[in-house]
Amino acid sequence: MTRSALVRGALLVAPLLFFVVFFGYPVTAIVGRGLREDGVWRFGRLTEVLGDPGTLRVLWFTCWQAAASTALTLALALPGAYVFARLRFPGRRVLHAAVTVPFVLPTVVTGAAFLALVGRGGVLDDAFGVRLDDGVWAILLAHVFFNYAVVVRTVGGLWAQLDPRQEEAARVLGAGRLAAWRRVTLPALTPSVAAAALMVFLFTFTSFGVIQILGSPGRATLEVEIYRQTAQLLRLDTAAVLTLVQLAAVVALLVTHRLVTRRRVGALRLVDPAGTARPPRGWVQWTALGGVLATVALLLALPLGVLVERSLAGPDGYGLHHYRALAHADGTFLVAPAEAVGNSLRFAAAATAIALLVGGCAAVALTRRAGRLTRGFDALLMLPLGTSAVTVGFGFLIALDEPPLDLRSSWVLVPLAQALVGVPFVVRVLVPVLGAVDERLREAAAVLGASPWRAWRAVDLPLVWRSALVAAGFAFAVSLGEFGATVFLARPDEPTLPVAVARLLGRAGAENYGQAMALSVVLMLVCAVTLLSLERLAPSRSAGTF
Amino acid sequence: MSLLELDGVRVRYGARAALDGVRLSVAEGEVVCVLGPSGSGKSTLLRAVAGLTPVDEGAVRLAGRDQRGVPAHRRGLGLMFQDHQLFPQRDVAGNIAFGLRMRRRSREEAAGRVAELLDLVGLPGAGRRAVASLSGGEQQRVALARALAPDPRLLMLDEPLGQLDRDLRERLVVELRQLFARLGSTVLAVTHDQGEAFALADRVVVMRDGRVVQVGAPVEVWRRPADAFVARFLGFRNVTPAHVDAEGARTPWGALPVPAGTAPGARTVLVRPSGVRLTPPEGAPLTGEVTARTFRGDHVLLLLEPGGGAPPLEASCPLRAAPEVGERVGVRFDPEEIVALPDQLP
Repeated sequence: MTRSALVRGALLVAPLLFFVVFFGYPVTAIVGRGLREDGVWRFGRLTEVLGDPGTLRVLWFTCWQAAASTALTLALALPGAYVFARLRFPGRRVLHAAVTVPFVLPTVVTGAAFLALVGRGGVLDDAFGVRLDDGVWAILLAHVFFNYAVVVRTVGGLWAQLDPRQEEAARVLGAGRLAAWRRVTLPALTPSVAAAALMVFLFTFTSFGVIQILGSPGRATLEVEIYRQTAQLLRLDTAAVLTLVQLAAVVALLVTHRLVTRRRVGALRLVDPAGTARPPRGWVQWTALGGVLATVALLLALPLGVLVERSLAGPDGYGLHHYRALAHADGTFLVAPAEAVGNSLRFAAAATAIALLVGGCAAVALTRRAGRLTRGFDALLMLPLGTSAVTVGFGFLIALDEPPLDLRSSWVLVPLAQALVGVPFVVRVLVPVLGAVDERLREAAAVLGASPWRAWRAVDLPLVWRSALVAAGFAFAVSLGEFGATVFLARPDEPTLPVAVARLLGRAGAENYGQAMALSVVLMLVCAVTLLSLERLAPSRSAGTF
Repeated sequence: MSLLELDGVRVRYGARAALDGVRLSVAEGEVVCVLGPSGSGKSTLLRAVAGLTPVDEGAVRLAGRDQRGVPAHRRGLGLMFQDHQLFPQRDVAGNIAFGLRMRRRSREEAAGRVAELLDLVGLPGAGRRAVASLSGGEQQRVALARALAPDPRLLMLDEPLGQLDRDLRERLVVELRQLFARLGSTVLAVTHDQGEAFALADRVVVMRDGRVVQVGAPVEVWRRPADAFVARFLGFRNVTPAHVDAEGARTPWGALPVPAGTAPGARTVLVRPSGVRLTPPEGAPLTGEVTARTFRGDHVLLLLEPGGGAPPLEASCPLRAAPEVGERVGVRFDPEEIVALPDQLP
């Protein structure tokens, strides 16, 4: 075995070890806890739970709301993908960055924002007496809000790189505008639309925070039901079965996603996206632009605006009343809610460091040898994204409690769990960039006398560091917003922002509601500042395309 | 009547005019080649004719009919893109049949026509091949077949041979020329390569900064470039400002003989390399040192440094008589190879 093969092996082993110890082991442990009694596996529970009408209802709701959310997201976001890819208008870059903010916003904030918009005592309720939170619409709209950027970035990213002259060639050959689009552009986009749809389906299938806040008893996803069974009913066996069901569904989705994206690479010849956008011309393009701006304003900006408005609405007019209240601990809170800011930042920073290290190693290993095994590993790393965070969180508690891995009382539990969801983002952002580094550049460096390490520093690093920052930003934002696992792992006197928001929302009273809104705004600002500052650094095509 | 007529066509990109009052006509069955450096507006010209870029002023007429408001797909033209723009999702036959399908021809009819065109461009039986599997030359042939398939009234070619290697290019130019003659096609091509333009065209149009600066038969343009820009663009280096009077043209290289009948005054003079004759240095009115030799097959191109502030001179001479670098030679000028251009050097 050569030295470079050893290095590559080591690069692969580190993330694999992380994955096995902090994902495989806890999940297996909790599933085992639920399905094993006195050392005997009781798989009978599987059929029992799956045959239960309650489970079937949850499964049905999970599937159809995910399908409906995906369809609605595609319908609203595909025009956005077109507008951002092909039209040039003032403020395009800033707006492109801004629509990404909801994606990294903690789901708790999303839930809170929609509650403030369409919930009881919300803006629509005040103005028109309209409430949507007892129906499924609030959930669907919140899902569109959250996933809009996934479609715009995935589909729009490719769309911007398709050569507009392909359509022109079809036009000169006698195809009308629509025919040219349908016969030339659409076939090229289909795989990326499918990939985006699968990603949205995955995110909405495993939706937790949004449904926890906007859902009602009849409207629980698998993920929410797992939480209920685990934390409220203490039915670990039922939770274990549901976890397995969700895991199976997610694996199926990821495999499909992999097959779809593999086809995409095909024979498309891509061009520099900077040169493909034109100022809008003709009524069709102006209508598209107007429609997309209106969608963004109503669907993305309005909920956030309302959130801010509610946070400022105190008992005696607008002011910083609720923000000031955050500084004080009251009866039920052990610490002042404002302390959650510091906790969140600390945990998220640690999680980002772990995610960058693990994800960076994985990304380098993945781009250096594209065997069947590594491709499978790539998919494996995506798994935590779709696994019940509750399962992971609870799994940590029961699995990592014995030497040599007794981390029960260690603060590092929280960042470790958060890093699990950060790693897939780091890998997704870094792999395309690392893969795009021309091998001949490294060869040129080597011929000029650079050692492999020097060549990497001279060739790869300058191209990669920006993307590494973007990856760090995503990992940071995702860690900041992680809720499902953190809610189990954070100690009562060390809540993170999302946990504190959920706690405040869980209690009655206008005071708590106002403080929840204020804390959500703080969380939103931290996320938005992180993202926007990184967007400035980023080559826009590499950031967050799935 | 000319098939294509451009009348004062202006296209602006922001503040810059890509086409600035272009007048041009192409007769039925004629092959016209637009020649110009990159950025001269050649491609914009094709796009404006095709209806892909809106015309700000002036008119594009096809068979006498103003095309304003006629969308690209209703103009009945063929355009071969610079990098071909074959549709990667379709195979070769699917690409060639595209225009026919858009004109609602039946599948059988289209299939027959595709086979016919594949024969025509020398790729018989390649219909099922994937576009990605084609070599550069094959792609070029498929792109040509695709543009020809719907039998366009005007075929436009954007740098048709630009991406191919030299050997293939020279072969294809001849093939294209024969093909167009056989089909009686009306062709408007643009290129930055004079060799390609001269070999392909009945008439050459030279463009600069969005304007037409010269129109004429290839030989005519080659013999008498319209101005210093065209002369330099065609590759001539011996271009200099001069003052013409009864005794000839006064230039930094001394007094040059000019063809009889040249009007006096401030002019630009072009001396073709073949008009710079080498003599022994003794007694010659102008001498120069050979600073470079470029082998050009049947002759050698020399660069002479006359000294005394005069610009270098390019001279061509037969291989066997070529002096070495560093040698000093005398120079005599051949009036037949000297052209007085109409304008002052810019």
